[in-house]
Amino acid sequence: MARDTSKLRYAETHEWVDAGDDGVATIGISAFAIEQLNDLVYMDLPEVGKDVAVGDEIGEVESVKAVSPLYSPVSGQVVEVHTELPDNLDNLKEDPYEFGWIIKIKMTDASEVENLMDHAAYEKQCSEAG
Amino acid sequence: MAYLFHTDADRAQMLASIGADSVQQIIDQQVPQDVQLQRSLNLGDAAGELTLESEMRRLAAQNSSASSHACFLGCGAYDHFIPAAVDEIASRGEYYTSYTPYQAEVSQGNLQVMFEYETLITQITGLAVSNASLYDGGSAATEGVLMALASVRNREKVITSEAVHPEYRDILEAYLKNIGATLVTVPVGDNGDSSAIISAIDEQTACVLIQHPNFLGRLEDVTAIADAAHSKGALLVQSFDPISTGLLKRPGDLGADIAVAEGQCLGNPLQYGGPYLGIMACREDLVRRLPGRIAGQTTDRRGNRCWVLTLQTREQHIRREKATSNICSNQTLLALRATVYLSLLGPEGLRETASHCLRKADYAKRRITASDRFDIVHDGPVFKEFVVRDRSDDVDGLLRHAESQGILAGVALGQFDPSMNDCFLVAVTEKRSRDDIDRLAAVLSDAPCRSAVASA
Repeated sequence: MARDTSKLRYAETHEWVDAGDDGVATIGISAFAIEQLNDLVYMDLPEVGKDVAVGDEIGEVESVKAVSPLYSPVSGQVVEVHTELPDNLDNLKEDPYEFGWIIKIKMTDASEVENLMDHAAYEKQCSEAG
Repeated sequence: MAYLFHTDADRAQMLASIGADSVQQIIDQQVPQDVQLQRSLNLGDAAGELTLESEMRRLAAQNSSASSHACFLGCGAYDHFIPAAVDEIASRGEYYTSYTPYQAEVSQGNLQVMFEYETLITQITGLAVSNASLYDGGSAATEGVLMALASVRNREKVITSEAVHPEYRDILEAYLKNIGATLVTVPVGDNGDSSAIISAIDEQTACVLIQHPNFLGRLEDVTAIADAAHSKGALLVQSFDPISTGLLKRPGDLGADIAVAEGQCLGNPLQYGGPYLGIMACREDLVRRLPGRIAGQTTDRRGNRCWVLTLQTREQHIRREKATSNICSNQTLLALRATVYLSLLGPEGLRETASHCLRKADYAKRRITASDRFDIVHDGPVFKEFVVRDRSDDVDGLLRHAESQGILAGVALGQFDPSMNDCFLVAVTEKRSRDDIDRLAAVLSDAPCRSAVASA
């Protein structure tokens, strides 16, 4: 079942968050950000077990001429990493919200999600940036 | 170098434009009186060009150099033959005036040179990728270790051996002491085996830095050390002698993950210790950690073959403080010389050069030890360099005597290790003739020694 992007939450730094009922947040980067980065060539991901806080750097994506850090939108522990992703970056562009999930974090404070933008607010940020 | 003059009128105009009365006034405003010299520099009176040139020649003639003496000095810098074509090609203005071009002005010609240099370096190292060069062998060794530390996560221990060039180790120590890494230096064993270094490797070890042939000229058991490092999840950084690859197995074939070298020996003159050429190559999966520039081959939109600087996102101008390295420049002119040199020699020429070094070093060993005064310190194979012990323990006097006879006989080892005060390192390249070596042996055995003078 395709992920409903209108139900996702978004960080200003373009990460999307799908907060599950089990307290595990699935995190990826938005189609808008992937479009802006253009020609992705490399992605560096964190290790399972890493503890992160909001705003911590959890990896980076690299295009031909630029490197962009990935920031954690929530606090918690990395419980799963999409290890197939770095070898299939083309698929990230085609399917940023399903195949393109990056990591899963077991949240220590699920209410942090409320501080993130909803779909409408994020769309507004993107249209102003674009 | 161009002679640039400025007249009193030029000086007055420059001073007026910044509102100063004199150069001294500018200095007084910026430099406290107590640290100023308070007298003129001791340069003598102004002289005409003719007088000045002859004075410079007189001073230069006091140097003992590889062109005035038979040179057996080594220790990382070697007097190898340089074909005339190397100077001819490297001195072309297109190369000579753009020795370290940046992205904006780097030409296709320079990029092609970098690409061909890298190709040749991968061939002599047996590793998949090379950068476009670093500053020198010592900085390359340190960058190799930093690269390994960044690649192997959560490990901070670096193991090296006393048989790695002491100056390379000094550079390494200076870098490591401020980044929280632990440097463990293993002593050289008497029997030259690698058990000490192997037993030092543990699960905290990020990498091992060795040199082969090592600082004392001996060959190391690289494969055994590589296997030991890999079995504990550590990487092996090998400093090697590029000429030796004409005969010895290449670093990649021995199991090194990263190979580093001083490239002076490849078509670059001794030039008083620098500028030199840092060589660096690694396994393909480490390419994102490889510091410095990488030139790649591609096609332009019309389908023509062309070259670009690639993987630039590792570099400082993009990644800032998180860059792979602070080194973002390179030694293109010296890399060009190495490229021309290696292209001229080819695999056969490199093998021949290496073979001359090996055989002539062996001959020199035998000739020197014909005198009772000298021992060869280590048994076992060497490539072009070996340690000689002076039983009379008068290395300084011996080397001074040889120099007075037109021979630079070797490098005193006491300066690096007090326990080797009675030893010196002799290097024999393909340039030394049988006559040079015979003269070396004769001059050394005839040298007056301190004990003989004392007992006379």
